[in-house]
Amino acid sequence: MRPATEAELAGIIEGAEGPLAITGGGTRRLGTARGARLETGGLSGISLYEPGALTLVVKAGTPLAEVEATLDAEGQRLPFEAPDLRGLLGRTGQSTIGGVVATNASGPRRVQAGACRDSLIGVRFVDGTGTVIRNGGRVMKNVTGYDLVKLVAGSRGALGVLTEVAFKLLPKPETRTSLRIDGLSDAAAVAAMASALTSPFDVTGAAHWPGRGTFLRIEGFAASVAYRRAELQRRLAGFGAVDVAVDDPWPAIRDVAPFHDAAGDVWRLSTVPSEAAALAARAGADQVLYDWGGGLVWLRLAEGTDLRARLGPFQGHATLVRSASALQRFQPEPAPIAALTKGLRAKFDPRGLFSVEI
Amino acid sequence: MDMPLPDPSVLSRRARIWDRLAAALPADALITDPTETRAYECDALTAYRCLPLAVTLPRSTEEAAAILRICSEEGVKVIPRGAGTSLAGGSLPTADAVILGVARMNAVLETDYDNRFIRVQSGRTNLSVTGAVEADGFFYAPDPSSQLACAIAGNIGMNSGGAHCLKYGVTTNNLLGVTLVTMAGEVLTIGGPYLDAGGLDLLGVICGSEGQLGVVTEAWLRILPKPEGARPVLMGFASNEVAGACVSDIIKGGLLPVAIEFMDRPCIVATEAFAHAGYPDCEALLIVEVEGSPAEIDDQLARIKTIATRHNPVAYREAATEDEAKRIWLGRKSAFGAMGQMGDYICLDGTIPVSELAHVLRRIGELTASYGLRVANVFHAGDGNMHPLIIFDANKAGDLELAEALGADILRLCVEVGGCLTGEHGVGVEKRDLMHVQFSAADMEAQLRVKDVFDPAWLLNPAKVFPLDVTASRRAA
Repeated sequence: MRPATEAELAGIIEGAEGPLAITGGGTRRLGTARGARLETGGLSGISLYEPGALTLVVKAGTPLAEVEATLDAEGQRLPFEAPDLRGLLGRTGQSTIGGVVATNASGPRRVQAGACRDSLIGVRFVDGTGTVIRNGGRVMKNVTGYDLVKLVAGSRGALGVLTEVAFKLLPKPETRTSLRIDGLSDAAAVAAMASALTSPFDVTGAAHWPGRGTFLRIEGFAASVAYRRAELQRRLAGFGAVDVAVDDPWPAIRDVAPFHDAAGDVWRLSTVPSEAAALAARAGADQVLYDWGGGLVWLRLAEGTDLRARLGPFQGHATLVRSASALQRFQPEPAPIAALTKGLRAKFDPRGLFSVEI
Repeated sequence: MDMPLPDPSVLSRRARIWDRLAAALPADALITDPTETRAYECDALTAYRCLPLAVTLPRSTEEAAAILRICSEEGVKVIPRGAGTSLAGGSLPTADAVILGVARMNAVLETDYDNRFIRVQSGRTNLSVTGAVEADGFFYAPDPSSQLACAIAGNIGMNSGGAHCLKYGVTTNNLLGVTLVTMAGEVLTIGGPYLDAGGLDLLGVICGSEGQLGVVTEAWLRILPKPEGARPVLMGFASNEVAGACVSDIIKGGLLPVAIEFMDRPCIVATEAFAHAGYPDCEALLIVEVEGSPAEIDDQLARIKTIATRHNPVAYREAATEDEAKRIWLGRKSAFGAMGQMGDYICLDGTIPVSELAHVLRRIGELTASYGLRVANVFHAGDGNMHPLIIFDANKAGDLELAEALGADILRLCVEVGGCLTGEHGVGVEKRDLMHVQFSAADMEAQLRVKDVFDPAWLLNPAKVFPLDVTASRRAA
């Protein structure tokens, strides 16, 4: 099913007699939903774009590429640098903006500009009863009523099907540059990234790619970038030679490119940066990639390895992003939190149509 | 503005409820004497007052949990309170409700610079969070103008903003996790010192829920390294339209100032008479502040000047020294005090799309004239968060009601042009009865469902945020 309007979508949900598997472009789902396929691609197009107000309202099925091209023409962008996971998950197709929101997909700039949910200022969605719900709006400061915008972002369609989303935008920087330090241990790399991220030099990316180097990104007006580059080189000199990276490493880091052609399960850890290196060591992974200054750790392990059992309790959570195994995709929640989750799902989807795991 | 009648069954069990609370708490954590509870009869929305059944001031999460457990068992409503600075009546009590104030819970629990967070008890004031880390070069970004007094608990309850959120975001963008005590007295940890928490974004909906989902007793907050420096520039324009167009062009020009503040003529005149900041005689004034190293600031201000010059400013002053910077901010920071000199005032905080600035200011002028009142406008222009200040005389019969009616019309206008009722103060009781202007019945029902899950008996701050008729059946159940 591929409705062309929100009203048609609402009608389909209201009349549904069994589970629905909602799909945008199918480039991000972790395959945990069952039921009749319900596509959002028919709900496409930009509803409103005001560059002078840094505001975009767009239908949920609009391809991400179309959104990015539209903003690019005005020298603006989505702040959170959504990853393209097709290479990692072996998918084809077009990522939709609704899929980006439903998975709160956020790239390296998350350390400085926040996640997708931080830029999201409004949503329209259809809940499990077929009711259209509007929350937030098109202005960037809005505390009127509860913030269901955040609740829906990252909910993977468990509470409803997104039909329209609104963002606050950022201007694209005039220039950018990346610094690279070679040969750091994982622990030293996290320390170097912490030093950069606790400086006033507005770092917009901090990643450690073992074998390739530790990378820091600065963006802005040319003179400012040159100044901050020199300051960071001075500040980090104790960690080794700090060179300007020749190639732009960020698309590869954002999309977890180092893991694309390698076999095995892929896990994603969200944790406290200072614990990242020890956790990665405990995991005994075949391959590791650190983003967000160490707050995000990508791990590749032999298929079927129960990473959560191997790690034991830690601060944060582990998501199994790519695997053929039957292991649980998402970190089990403590009982009282799981009860809240269950309660909210039952309220928004009383018939249990949206079967996706979260 | 109406509040529900107190529950007679609770009032009749007053002594028993006091006894149970007294047995669970240290002597000084429970106040029942009306001469002392009077201090809690209102918050900063002083037009509405009511003595609560009791005031509790726990010193720990465990004490807060004990209070909530007892109140839950007794069917007593609980009004969470931070520092009592809400302009929306967010902590206004009813006669059958117990206030749970977190003001004594103000400790710093953990500071971690490498991981860029601080963990505090929620009664700590906003400014003292920055105070705890600034010697080491860090700050907590959200800066509501009440930041000297307001508590983190209230900031989280209302999702508070401030002058600098154009660059740094509001509370929800700087909150990593909370310790939340539910109405049943259960202690939950939601989020933590890492960037994303997994599962549904419960933290996102707790922030800004006006104390209706649980009582936040502790919070992990993101702290940021302080910028090397900041410098403001002041510019005056011949009309609100031109100033509005300049704001839009600055934003389109790829600049991201930390603050763009806007004052209209009535506000300029009033603050000038009060604070003598030396502001130019003009229709509209902008204060734009940028951050960075001295050279970076020079570069940004040069770009801003090029843009501003295209709009023929009648005045343009860059702060060359710290003293000049202070003078530029002096009038803006005195604006509310200056209004106080002119009379009583109501401060609105609707948000509008930046592109509607000039239109909305013109309509506010027309509406104000039709009511025979005075309004001054001072606001965060970069994000469209307006602060019309309606001047009235509280001693004149009917004047408050007139001012409230004008306020409601202005907020309807904000929604009509694509904005919202409140950008940073919250709904509370003040804007409760206007929610239907912005939301359909289904939109509100979706929000009520969330409260149903967190607080099924509807005992936490129940008469706020939503119109009373919308919540009546739930509150009565």
